[in-house]
Amino acid sequence: MEWETVIGLEIHAQLRTKSKIFSSASTAYGAEPNTQACAVDLGLPGVLPVVNAEAIRMAAKFGLATGSNVAKRSVFARKNYFYPDLPKGYQISQMDLPIVESGNIEIELEDGTKKTVGITRAHLEEDAGKSLHEDFHGLTGIDLNRAGTPLLEIVSEPDMRSAKEAVAYMKKIHSLVQYLDICDGNMAEGSFRCDANVSVRPKGQKEFGTRAELKNINSFRFVERAINIEVERQIDLIEDGGEVVQETRLYDADKNETRSMRSKEEANDYRYFPDPDLLPVILDDAYLEEVRATLPELPEARRQRFVTEFELSDYDAGILTSSRAMADYFEATVAATSSDAKTVANWIMGDLSSRLNKEDIDITQSPVSSAMLATLLNKIADKTISGKMAKDVFNGLWNNEGDVDGIIDKMGGGQITDDAAIEAMIDEVIANSPGQLEQYRSGKDKLFGYFVGQVMKASQGKANPALVNGMLKKKLNG
Amino acid sequence: MYHQKTLAELAAMLEAGDVTSVELTQAFLDRIKQYDGELNSFITVTEAQALAHAKAADEKRAAGNAGPLTGIPIAHKDIFCTLDVKTTCGSKMLDNFDAPYNATVVEKLLAAGVVMLGKTNMDEFAMGSSNETSFYGPVKNPWNTNAVPGGSSGGSASCVAARLAPASTGTDTGGSIRQPASLCGITGLKPTYGRVSRYGMIAFASSLDQAGPMAHTAEDCAIMLNAMAGFDPRDSTSLDKAVPDYTADLNKPLAGLKIGLPREYFGEGLDAGVAGVVNTAIEQYRKMGAEIIDITLPNTHLAVPVYYVVAPAECSSNLSRFDGVRFGHRCDDPKDLEDMYKRSRGEGFGAEVKRRIMVGTYALSAGYYDAYYIKAQQLRRMISDDFSKAFEQVDVIMGPASPETAFNIGEKSDDPISMYLSDIYTIAVNLAGLPGISIPAGFSNNMPVGLQIIARHFDESRLLNVAHQYQQNTDWHKQSPDAFA
Repeated sequence: MEWETVIGLEIHAQLRTKSKIFSSASTAYGAEPNTQACAVDLGLPGVLPVVNAEAIRMAAKFGLATGSNVAKRSVFARKNYFYPDLPKGYQISQMDLPIVESGNIEIELEDGTKKTVGITRAHLEEDAGKSLHEDFHGLTGIDLNRAGTPLLEIVSEPDMRSAKEAVAYMKKIHSLVQYLDICDGNMAEGSFRCDANVSVRPKGQKEFGTRAELKNINSFRFVERAINIEVERQIDLIEDGGEVVQETRLYDADKNETRSMRSKEEANDYRYFPDPDLLPVILDDAYLEEVRATLPELPEARRQRFVTEFELSDYDAGILTSSRAMADYFEATVAATSSDAKTVANWIMGDLSSRLNKEDIDITQSPVSSAMLATLLNKIADKTISGKMAKDVFNGLWNNEGDVDGIIDKMGGGQITDDAAIEAMIDEVIANSPGQLEQYRSGKDKLFGYFVGQVMKASQGKANPALVNGMLKKKLNG
Repeated sequence: MYHQKTLAELAAMLEAGDVTSVELTQAFLDRIKQYDGELNSFITVTEAQALAHAKAADEKRAAGNAGPLTGIPIAHKDIFCTLDVKTTCGSKMLDNFDAPYNATVVEKLLAAGVVMLGKTNMDEFAMGSSNETSFYGPVKNPWNTNAVPGGSSGGSASCVAARLAPASTGTDTGGSIRQPASLCGITGLKPTYGRVSRYGMIAFASSLDQAGPMAHTAEDCAIMLNAMAGFDPRDSTSLDKAVPDYTADLNKPLAGLKIGLPREYFGEGLDAGVAGVVNTAIEQYRKMGAEIIDITLPNTHLAVPVYYVVAPAECSSNLSRFDGVRFGHRCDDPKDLEDMYKRSRGEGFGAEVKRRIMVGTYALSAGYYDAYYIKAQQLRRMISDDFSKAFEQVDVIMGPASPETAFNIGEKSDDPISMYLSDIYTIAVNLAGLPGISIPAGFSNNMPVGLQIIARHFDESRLLNVAHQYQQNTDWHKQSPDAFA
């Protein structure tokens, strides 16, 4: 039987507000345990939450950028359950009346096909703290620094039909929230993570199959692997005569398997009800217009601009605008170099990207800044160095060996563009290769490469290749 | 002696230099020592701190920086968090709890210069109408020490009635200021929801809780409310609305005042003696120039059932934070997490608190939420609408604060429904978020009877004016129990 996969994602994007969603404590990552948790975060008796207006604004930005309905009235609700790192015994979230509803986003697959994925809703909520099981023999430590950090939970429609589509969607949202400057997108620190609802059904069947929810997947690679392994499990199960049960499953990246955490029957009854400590969030048209005016240029618009303004291909523009940081890097480099935009694009998508990928770091952490790359490209443009030498200089920059000029000096100076010097080297090579000269002149054109090689060798690779080519051709043709 | 004076009179004496705050404070501390063993109205007496603050208040006055409350000793209900003084909320759960901050009410009164004598006894987590659910034992009514003082602000009412403090703070979720004020023969004001900050006041039912003053007179309550009221950026439900001087309108004549008498407040269940006292009080108002109008609040009978869905639902969630993890009682040697939760909560909470947590949990559960919680919210709106309609016709509404005078300790402990009905006349006011006051209006079988007055939202000035004018023409508020003279 042929099976169809159905996937919906719930993405948790941590909003980059300075303070927490309901208290004035800092949200900075990595502080000593419990140093960024105030009385409100600790859920002490008598404390009350006050909503952070910045979190509301960020959620509204997301809603407007996805063509969603930003609710004029949304309501915070309490989700009640006991857990040691949930200080109040309830999480403040939104249930019946979320701040964002009914939007959509267009994704593009590797083969270039486009698809629209619906966004069911996005709601605001507070994060919980962390339970620490190491270092405490037989005990559990609680760190409440993260408690109260604002999250935007973005829930998609079950519109995706493959793990690849799910990854494309997740990447698109990842890019968007960074464009909007509402989330730092740092997946290693957990600022951007997702749960996936996965089911399968015989191709052509209308009804959805029973779904499993895969919890807390924190990289693009794991999303793809977790979904694929889960789809395989469900199909095997059904084909062996079994039934998929509705449950929450945890993806184990080390073993590359999913395993059951809790079934539907074991699921908590969260007893949601409107939080009486908080008033409904009321937004009017004037506010929404004001927020709309602050929206930055979004990925799609920027990509189109790159095509027209920089005469890039649709493909190149798409890659360069896939993250705001990369697009910013590109534009900063173009502005600072005399090189053409296409060359800049090639360097960023080529040498720079492959190096970033290899070392698994973000472009914002690149040791080669846009200013450095611009200087490097200027040296190619003014013929100080050749393209080949530039790659060595780039490596030097990456390894912190100095600035562009310093590295070129260390390499023994720039390329040789002095006609007389090159001519002298050519004459010497020709004089030393009488046999080859004769063969060449008798029609063996291929030997031209031999002469070029000899001259470059004689110049220790620094002779300007274009000059060598031109002058050599004249000499050989005598 | 000082203890027979009202807060306003004591303030005048301090201002005139007839007494110092240290002398006053010492006098009340002495009375607490002498009488509170019998009444049990305090959980904690803060003698050293009180005397230090009194001394500071005297210095402030000498420096010419005194306000009307500077140097006045008062008592705080033990539901308000206080820095350096333990805050128990009447529960074993918090027997070891030291709050790292002051509640806004405490902070504001501190800034106004009051001296805290101590923290008063209360029903556990403010759940009760008799002060019998306290972990620290029942409070006695000074008018008859076999009787309850009412609740949940029973300690705050009892200590003022016995003149162990000139005034106190209380909180009122379903009548917890007005009912004990009525049963103890003092004046107790529940302000409009949102008028006084709830920050630092341990939550029972967040949409109903409101702090207010308890004292001998409406004037004293006005002076206290001036210091307590106001917007608090830490409480989203407090209203950003200017605070008037609540003493300014006290002496406005009542001629032309329209008083509504809801027929539902004078029917079955009202003790005849209480009805007689209330009717006499209303007759007094008629003599003072008010017009008496019969009105109806047709959904009154729904108030108690609605309240006992809404309040437990909110409390079941509010009290989840008492899990033994970060503060409060934790059981010995828990064998795992679930055991720790179950035993810590099982040991830390008393029977009435557990009952309400269970009722509330049930009401919020999947499959019951619509039938209970949502329905209750709809009915709450209807109850509120009844008042809005009535206030199109009248300026204030009057009736009894409690259907009967103080009952005996133990009399209703085993009958929660009968206990819940003690608040039948006060609960609707909380559901509608309105201000209400109970003032002494006489006695029935030698026990005090309170007259309840209800006004429009944020019309505390009118409420206090109407109460004050009565107190200018009667002396019920001046009576004090002989045993504590």
